[in-house]
Amino acid sequence: MKKTVFLGALTVAGLAAGASAAATLDDVKARGKLNCGVTTGLVGFAAPDANGHWDGFDVGVCRAVAAAVLGDAEAVEFVPTTGKTRFTALASGEIDMLARNTTWTLSRDVDLKFTFVGVNYYDGQGFMVPKGLGVSSAKELDGATVCIQTGTTTELNLADFFRANNMSYEPVPIETNAEAQQQYLAGACDVYTTDASGLAATRATFEAPADHVLLPEIISKEPLGPLVRHGDNEWGDVVRWTLNALISAEELGITSANIGELGAAAGDNPEVNRILGTEGNLGEMLGLDAGWAKAAIMAGGNYGELFEKNIGENTPIALSRGLNAQWQDGGLIYSPPFR
Amino acid sequence: MTTMTDPHQGSFRLSMLIYDSRYRSMTIQIVALIGFLTLIGWLISNTAQNLITLGKEPSFGFMLEPAGYDINQRLLDYDSQDSHLRAALIGLLNTLLVAVMGCLAATVIGVVVGVLRLSKNWIVSRLMAVYVEGFRNVPVLLWIVFAMAILIETLPPPNAFRGENPEATMKLGETVAVTNRGIYIPEPLFSRGIGDAHVFGDTSLRFDVSLDLIALASVFIAGLLISGLINRRANATQNATGVRPTVWYWRLAVVVLPTAILLWVLGCHMGYPELKGFNFKGGTHMRNSLIALWAALSLYTAAFIAEIVRAGILAVSKGQTEAANALGIRPNKTMSLVVLPQALRVIIPPLISNYLNLTKNSSLAIAVGYMDITGTLGGITLNQTGRELETLLMLMLCYLIISLTISGVMNWYNESVKLKER
Amino acid sequence: MSDLSYVRAEMLPEKAPPVSTSGAVGWVRENLFNGVGNSILTILSLFMVYLVLSALLPWVFSPTWNAASLNDCRTILAGHEGACWGVINERWPQLLFGFYPNGSEEGTVDQRWRPILTFVLLFVAVIPVLFNMISRRMNWVLLLGALGIAFVTRGGVLTMIIGVALLAGAAYVAFQLFNTNKVDRAEEIASGAKRLPNPLIFSAVFPFLAPWLLWGGSIWGPIGALLGFVIGALVFRAVTAVAGSLMGIIAAVLSAVIWWLFLMGGFAWAMESIISLGLEPVESRKFGGFMLSITIGVVAIGCSLPIGIVLALGRQSDLMIVKSLCVGFIEFIRGVPLITLLFVASTLLNIFMPPGSNFDIIVRVLIMVTLFASAYMAEVVRGGLAALPKGQYEAADALGLDYWKAQRLIIMPQALKISIPGIVSTFIGVFKDTTLVSIIGLLDPLGLSNAIRADANWNGVVWELYGFIALMFFVFCFSMSRYSMYLERKLRTDHH
Repeated sequence: MKKTVFLGALTVAGLAAGASAAATLDDVKARGKLNCGVTTGLVGFAAPDANGHWDGFDVGVCRAVAAAVLGDAEAVEFVPTTGKTRFTALASGEIDMLARNTTWTLSRDVDLKFTFVGVNYYDGQGFMVPKGLGVSSAKELDGATVCIQTGTTTELNLADFFRANNMSYEPVPIETNAEAQQQYLAGACDVYTTDASGLAATRATFEAPADHVLLPEIISKEPLGPLVRHGDNEWGDVVRWTLNALISAEELGITSANIGELGAAAGDNPEVNRILGTEGNLGEMLGLDAGWAKAAIMAGGNYGELFEKNIGENTPIALSRGLNAQWQDGGLIYSPPFR
Repeated sequence: MTTMTDPHQGSFRLSMLIYDSRYRSMTIQIVALIGFLTLIGWLISNTAQNLITLGKEPSFGFMLEPAGYDINQRLLDYDSQDSHLRAALIGLLNTLLVAVMGCLAATVIGVVVGVLRLSKNWIVSRLMAVYVEGFRNVPVLLWIVFAMAILIETLPPPNAFRGENPEATMKLGETVAVTNRGIYIPEPLFSRGIGDAHVFGDTSLRFDVSLDLIALASVFIAGLLISGLINRRANATQNATGVRPTVWYWRLAVVVLPTAILLWVLGCHMGYPELKGFNFKGGTHMRNSLIALWAALSLYTAAFIAEIVRAGILAVSKGQTEAANALGIRPNKTMSLVVLPQALRVIIPPLISNYLNLTKNSSLAIAVGYMDITGTLGGITLNQTGRELETLLMLMLCYLIISLTISGVMNWYNESVKLKER
Repeated sequence: MSDLSYVRAEMLPEKAPPVSTSGAVGWVRENLFNGVGNSILTILSLFMVYLVLSALLPWVFSPTWNAASLNDCRTILAGHEGACWGVINERWPQLLFGFYPNGSEEGTVDQRWRPILTFVLLFVAVIPVLFNMISRRMNWVLLLGALGIAFVTRGGVLTMIIGVALLAGAAYVAFQLFNTNKVDRAEEIASGAKRLPNPLIFSAVFPFLAPWLLWGGSIWGPIGALLGFVIGALVFRAVTAVAGSLMGIIAAVLSAVIWWLFLMGGFAWAMESIISLGLEPVESRKFGGFMLSITIGVVAIGCSLPIGIVLALGRQSDLMIVKSLCVGFIEFIRGVPLITLLFVASTLLNIFMPPGSNFDIIVRVLIMVTLFASAYMAEVVRGGLAALPKGQYEAADALGLDYWKAQRLIIMPQALKISIPGIVSTFIGVFKDTTLVSIIGLLDPLGLSNAIRADANWNGVVWELYGFIALMFFVFCFSMSRYSMYLERKLRTDHH
């Protein structure tokens, strides 16, 4: 008799999910919702609040894409994924895009067959140690016990770093940031290593942040960015140019505050006009309406605003722009022209 | 269930496939088989199609590529340049280690608690009830996380051993260090050892066997055998003459002396742990992750075993206890000689399934960062290579083999303690 | 005789036993200090209890219920050790309901009454199956009352009226219930008085009602699914009369499957266009917290029961191929850890399905957990079958019942009754095991605790969340295991 609980579940819930055909853009439009893969929770990048509303830097990208495609920043289903499930979720079509601080590597691009559409945060793997240990360089860590978060590129980088420097270490692999933090604070490991942004975010929530230092060595390049499946270039373009629109908006001074004014009519700057759809037909080329980029920027602000709101210096995480400043300010954030 | 036999009819009609009970079972079976094969075929064809779309042809070649990651607890030598297969093997050994340790500890704790639950001491039996109910009704994953957190938070870090007036000191005459990274104990070393034997050369399955330990073990076992021989001769003398010659010192000597001499020849000495750099060095140690997992799994399973033991003891009829009392056997002896042996028959079958559960629950080791086979093969290897189908197949196969072996062994034992009805 | 004054003429009154063996002192001596060993054990135990409580209690009683963040807690505690309960205060609805719409988003209404109602109805539906201790009328009072309260609290004139009517019905039945004496009623029933319909009808409807309440959508889908069973039953009756029960079963299954696969969709669509009746759909991604755990547990056990019965019968049967298929399936599932099956659900199940099909992770997890539970269920049912005295099988054969009739009328009702404690403990096991879904990224209570810690306000809170979750699990599982024990005792006495 009760077999139909399952049948009911299938009919009601299963049919709702769309097929993983090639035309993701059409699927998303037909569904009216964007399925976006995020972490199960990482301070500053993606976390649900008490009402279940997701917020964060990666979440901001998802919302911008949803706004560009559907005109509604809230039309996103956030699918929490782990290090293990994220790629299968994307490959199987369960999610349309993945914005889960995922490092762009050759094997993920080529072997796992994903398209990284850009970089929204330039990160690198760093080390954090208690000040009392008296360590000032990662080269002095011979024999140390190192807490690592598993399921990432972190453990490979770490193995390579210690092997290259001919040092020994004791890895303590840990599933989640929260547990790693607990072990580190209790002294069960000497060093905590993960992406520098994660280290800074973690340190910010300590009772005494000043007692811990980040070592100067950054042992890897971790360009984190949103990704989509291979084989659907139209959809890849939509996500790529939404991200670029956010970046260009900062460069050109389009903010969520002045966008209403700028977007109302064509202004002096042709590129601003092209982005905001008051000139040219860029939106049409992407298969979107003319106001796509305007909606994307209005969703959570431009790149700089997103950064400041979620992980910037006025937040508890207090990350400085560093590499993630615009190229004019000496950073690496650079968008191809909108033309 | 149908036991009727239909009268024989000369000719065969198609409808007999359904109505004739001689053929009906065949029909049902063939239909079932066809259905099953269709299902399997359907699944395989789907999988093949999907894999082609994803561009991932199934192949196990990746298992021989370098793993690239390090494993902290390795019972065999391993470094990050070894293959994924080697990493899986290390993980498998870790799984087996914690499973065996867990089963032993769970049995001991379970039996003690089960007996204490029947104690006449009110507070003891209550406490045991609280323990059993508490552990049985909270998910084991939570217990594992709890155990780890307790170890981390309550024990001193190696740092605390440092300095003029350290907060923590080593125990047992400066030989054992209890830290929140693990417990460090002395280990025997051989200064004139005869080295290791390398088996399987340089392949992923290679392992080293310490010849010192083999020599020691063989000498020790030989001593035991000779001691047994002496015992048998003493028995023979006793049977023949009625007087038993005093041989215990001979028996002791043939076991202890050769072993002691060999130890001296090999130059056995103890290596003590001491604080060097970041960590204790020297000696051998048991990591926190292992201790936490071990403790949580065995305490959790022991709560179930305690109930099984209690039920088993209660299942032994009261007359047995009373008969033992009438024979003047003391209460402790009654338990160990009369009640427990009989209760064993009731206890063993559910015990088997609890051992199986413990082994399967050990797959939650990733929660505390213990690198078992789920952590290596089903964890980092799967993440790094993206070969879900192959890794999960191998992972399930490993667990299946372990489980079937355990239930096989225990069924055999079960068979041997069964009531012999003659 | 009268001069024998030294002989007592009347009995002495009984004296109270010495203080040392009666009352509290006596109890203490008898139970705690009867012997050296026991005394030592007692003192050790008391000391342990003291140690644990003295460490725990000050921590538990900490004035941080209203703190808004971990730093707030630190200020309030000012260096003292203590729990930070603010996180529970802020997040307990989330831990219970996950992301189920709570009306906080614009244009949505609080939908959390649906899981609550489902949970209450679950009890009402389960009571006639498991308990045999409350009367039919009591059951109807509960059902009408629960539905009535649900309708009344919904607001709106029509629902209000329906709700009041339902409540009035409940009150009427309750009034009758309290007005008649149990014994009188039993006599009335024996003499053929009219009774309320069997509440098992509702238990049969519940499996269709519950998914509709939880997932929402049109009501015609579940009704269509239910109709499939009705059609199957009708066909079974018709065909059995003509062509025997085996053909009956085959025809019933075929007709039901044809209905579900080809006709149901059209039916639901047609009815929906005529009378549109439904709840706002809620995607299963919104499920989380304890609601997710309970949903997975209940769905898995509910679905695994029929599968488990079939597997158990297959395992017991003389048909070699069927038997080995069943044994193979059961041993395979029981031989691998649940976490590997969940990995399959999260990474492989979509690959096994036809290209293009895609259903979300919670449904996939439900499928794998159901398969997992059905292997265990099969073993429980097999135990029940084995515990039946052989005479029952022989008597069924002697009556000339065929296999299916014997199973349906004689064997299964008894075997399932014996298996209920086993089924309940399987449920407890599955319910506890639902915590594993946090490892594949679902936001069950454990997964949520992680997500909550990703909030900058609560980063670093560990024990409070785990403690709360452990307590909730304990309350659920302990009450169920107590119930199963009670049932076991009851079933045991039934035999003698």
